[in-house]
Amino acid sequence: MPPVLALDGVTKTFPGVRALSEVSLNLYPGEVTALVGENGAGKSTVVKILTGIYQPDGGTIRVDGAAARFPTAQDAAAAGITAIHQETVLFDELSVAENIFLGHAPRGRFGLIDTARMMSAARDILHGIGAEIDPSVRLRDLGIANKHLVAIARALSIDARVVIMDEPTAALSHKEIEELYELVEKLKGQGKAILFISHKFDEIFRIADRYTVFRDGQFVGAGRIAEVSEGDLVKMMVGRPVDQIFPSRSHQAGDEVLQVVGYCHPTEFDDIGFTLRKGEILGFYGLVGAGRSEFMQALFGITEPSKGVTKIDGKVRVIRSPADAVANGIVYVPEDRGKQGAITALPIFQNVTLPSLSRLSRAGFLRLAEEFRLARDYTGRLDLRAASLDTPVGNLSGGNQQKVVIAKWLATQPKIIILDEPTKGIDIGSKAAVHDFMAELAAQGLAVIMVSSEIPEVLGMSDRVIVMREGRIAAELSGAGMTPETLVRHAAGISEVRR
Amino acid sequence: MIKRLATTREAMLLAAIVVLIALISTRFGDFATPRNLANVFNDTAPLILLAIGQMIVILTKCIDLSVAATLALTGMVVAMLNTAAPGVPVAVILLIAVALGAALGAVNGFFVWKLSIPPIVVTLGTMTIFRGIIFLISDGAWVNAHEMSAAFKGFPRHVILGLPMLGWIAILAVVLFHVVTTRTPLGRAFFAVGGNPHASVYTGIDVGRTQFWAYVISGALAGLTGYLWVARYAVAYVDIAGGFELDVVAACVIGGVSIAGGSGSVIGALLGALFLGVIKNALPVINISPFWQLAISGSAIIIAIALNARASRVKGRVILKRAEHAA
Amino acid sequence: MTTTERHIPDRLTTPLARVLKSWETLLLAVAVAIFIVNSLASPYFLNAWNLSDATFNFTEKGMIALAMALLIVAGEIDLSVASIIALASTAMGAAAQVGAGPAALVLIGLGVGLACGAFNAVLVTVMGLPSIVVTIGTMSLFRGISYIVLGDGVYGGYPAGFDYFGQGYVVWVLSFEFVLFLILAVIYAIVLHKTNFGRAVYAIGNNATGALFSGIRVNRVKFILFLLTGLMSGLAAVCLTSRLGSTRPSIGVGMELEVVTMVVLGGVNILGGSGSIPGVVIAAFVMGLVTFGLGLLNVPGIVMSIFIGALLIGVIALPRLWSMMRRG
Repeated sequence: MPPVLALDGVTKTFPGVRALSEVSLNLYPGEVTALVGENGAGKSTVVKILTGIYQPDGGTIRVDGAAARFPTAQDAAAAGITAIHQETVLFDELSVAENIFLGHAPRGRFGLIDTARMMSAARDILHGIGAEIDPSVRLRDLGIANKHLVAIARALSIDARVVIMDEPTAALSHKEIEELYELVEKLKGQGKAILFISHKFDEIFRIADRYTVFRDGQFVGAGRIAEVSEGDLVKMMVGRPVDQIFPSRSHQAGDEVLQVVGYCHPTEFDDIGFTLRKGEILGFYGLVGAGRSEFMQALFGITEPSKGVTKIDGKVRVIRSPADAVANGIVYVPEDRGKQGAITALPIFQNVTLPSLSRLSRAGFLRLAEEFRLARDYTGRLDLRAASLDTPVGNLSGGNQQKVVIAKWLATQPKIIILDEPTKGIDIGSKAAVHDFMAELAAQGLAVIMVSSEIPEVLGMSDRVIVMREGRIAAELSGAGMTPETLVRHAAGISEVRR
Repeated sequence: MIKRLATTREAMLLAAIVVLIALISTRFGDFATPRNLANVFNDTAPLILLAIGQMIVILTKCIDLSVAATLALTGMVVAMLNTAAPGVPVAVILLIAVALGAALGAVNGFFVWKLSIPPIVVTLGTMTIFRGIIFLISDGAWVNAHEMSAAFKGFPRHVILGLPMLGWIAILAVVLFHVVTTRTPLGRAFFAVGGNPHASVYTGIDVGRTQFWAYVISGALAGLTGYLWVARYAVAYVDIAGGFELDVVAACVIGGVSIAGGSGSVIGALLGALFLGVIKNALPVINISPFWQLAISGSAIIIAIALNARASRVKGRVILKRAEHAA
Repeated sequence: MTTTERHIPDRLTTPLARVLKSWETLLLAVAVAIFIVNSLASPYFLNAWNLSDATFNFTEKGMIALAMALLIVAGEIDLSVASIIALASTAMGAAAQVGAGPAALVLIGLGVGLACGAFNAVLVTVMGLPSIVVTIGTMSLFRGISYIVLGDGVYGGYPAGFDYFGQGYVVWVLSFEFVLFLILAVIYAIVLHKTNFGRAVYAIGNNATGALFSGIRVNRVKFILFLLTGLMSGLAAVCLTSRLGSTRPSIGVGMELEVVTMVVLGGVNILGGSGSIPGVVIAAFVMGLVTFGLGLLNVPGIVMSIFIGALLIGVIALPRLWSMMRRG
């Protein structure tokens, strides 16, 4: 069967970067093609070219064998290509129906939007994907999962032949993911070609028919998923065989450094309590939206808990702001590096020294030489790669940005470090470096809290694991109790039956 | 639709205006007569016209501080045109006023769209430039009533069904732009661009171009109002409607238009303008010096944004089941 | 990149190269050019006393611009500064009517400025409202209070000795205002460029959330910046009132525009995150020299405002137009 959509020799360059060089990609009707590659492999660039956001510098795009161009997003839609994007690209202030039909609403008299027809069409599409949502409500009144369904409905509102799904399961719960798989099967049955972009191998092997691998903006290989092994795909992705090996650690926990008692919040979490020892790595596992980050941010003084006591080295400490937290030796490496972690426009050295300025300065006056010394010291320990310490952090790769954020906090000489999804969106090479470094920190006596949604990471790194579900602690596991099955069971709430 | 309206800010504001009028008329019975209310509406018409344009600009995450200067420049140009060529019919004058206003709005829009200059900088700049141009073309002189033709002056004052033309034009504009903002693709694009510019690109909406059209509409309305203003008050000079842009922004903010973009309505802008108009017209009636006007509209802006912020406070993701039921 | 020894250099460009390529250097060249053109265009320009008079064109605005620069670098703005001047001047005028002396008047002027700044600060930092609308509101409110107090009246009769702040000279042609401006410029330059506080201002302007997550007390810094802007407006009110010798509610109207223009011309990014005090100081001189030069050529004030408006847009538009045309 000929491909419905074919990219051949497509190239895209940005100032200083060649994002894609002569890649090809074929999508077949009624089949799911998984696009696989590390971050920076060029997957998002391909999506943006296919949806008319970017224009390729070279190569051809063929739809049903005929050359095509997509100067705007609307042209791509007209060619029957639609995408469910990674971030929700919806509008809070518009109604559900308007969100679904923005840009191609049915028109009535005088060219005005035919509201009644739009509502009924929206209802039909939503019904078709099994979503019971009133199309007249404003989007802002919906929860995250429903918003995602609206995004899918929007993608299906044009008579699409090609559906692109860019990491569609990243923000979904277990149950919602299953529903998404059903939807994918349904679309396949309707003969649509599906491009499925994902980091999760289990997912790829479960629903994809074909794969295409990119590495550093280049085409590496393609074929049928049934004829490839997981190890082969990884090899193609990274260009070398890598098994995920976690550093071996000899766990020698020291004195208790942190005790959290009865942390509550009106809407986010309830009755969180635990202890943490020096040299220990405590994992926090849970589904997305279980309240882990929300609790960590309360511990760090960003949000105010309604109740709760923090004891550090046995003494009660009141933490009302991040500044208080840092002063008490608690630091937080957030999940959202670009927004919360680093000040990307400022140079590396200023990012590293930012929380340590009062210690480095004399009577409030900056001392540049001291700043550079500190920055050199800590970035060196983390094996940072950068042109100079004066380079803006935004110019670095994700992995190196994460190293800057960690260096920033280590320079404050903390007692407790909280790492929220520390390896999310980082290439495999940097991941191992971050893992090694975490182990080293623990060995040096630092108490580490690691929030992670990746089961191998949680099990590979943690001494103990706390599982959260719906804002509460569902279980605390250690030793032999830490298995993938127990984590998933507690996170999903299946364990309640057992008691 | 009706259910949705009843709980909105528009309904609250409408109630506030009714209460305000009722309070005033308990002590000054003449205030609430249909004739006086028509007067108040007519008097507020320029503010309504400009507030509609401003609302659309603010929807797209921009601001237009040059509206009053656009009004004054257009007013001066048509007044001078009328002096030089009294025979030009009012229809042509109206056309010229709208076109010139739209052109001045396009200047703002061009800088915002093509050069990505922050809207506040652009319109602060054009505000002074437009005023300066009035001085250049008029040499600082006034165009007075006796220099204007009767037809020129008469048009906005022509009374139909108890309401002067000026008021009718405001009503027309409200209806027209209510339809434009709720029922046309461009209207929806205004909301989309301000609500989520990033997503707009993915939807095939050109953010800059949409903002450009918002400025053109705001300019066209200001140009139209420029003629109406000059004809109604029968005078044109450099400083007419000086500082009026603040009242316009105030009307929008009071009408619940979110300064962060993406949220607001023509009806809200209308009610915001009426709220200020009622206060302005009530001051002399209840014997308060007109010098209070500025401080009152300033306070109204501050109170309104505080209320807006409270209403639109981001609802966090509710994780706890218990809290979900409580909320 | 060699993997054996990975040494990251501190800097790639030398400080000198940076200075030469900077906006400030370009601006300084413009200032010098204007100076030369002016001295060729008018025989009255190159006269110490005339030049000294010219400094009054920018000293009061310049004082406010110093604080405004910090505020804009931090990603906020205060459009109420000219109205703070009106309110502070009205308060001083009222106090002068009941016999307050110069020292008391100065304290009242500064105090009202601080209070107005604190009012803005509370609305922005405590209540979390956007500064641009808040200060459009207080712009009406502060001047509105002046109108309520004064109506179409005027306060005069300031006590002897009060005239020093706007009309006195420290030594030879160097006026009190000019010397005060220079001293303040040095202080602000040190605060922004050499202290922890200044670094926090840059961090907040680039990414307020990131700054908060880095342990910076963001709201406290912003609060202080609004206080400083209010204080500088109060100080400008003292100087301006003393110079004019009278107070009307319309005093200093439209001055916020010139202050913002000065800051933007000085190379401060209106969206926050970058800018320098030397740039703002040079911009103050440029604007003062231009106004003075045009004044010598008998160009009326309102036409000069066209020039200022064009300057405000032009300094941002021209570099962008230039790069657009080069890209083709």
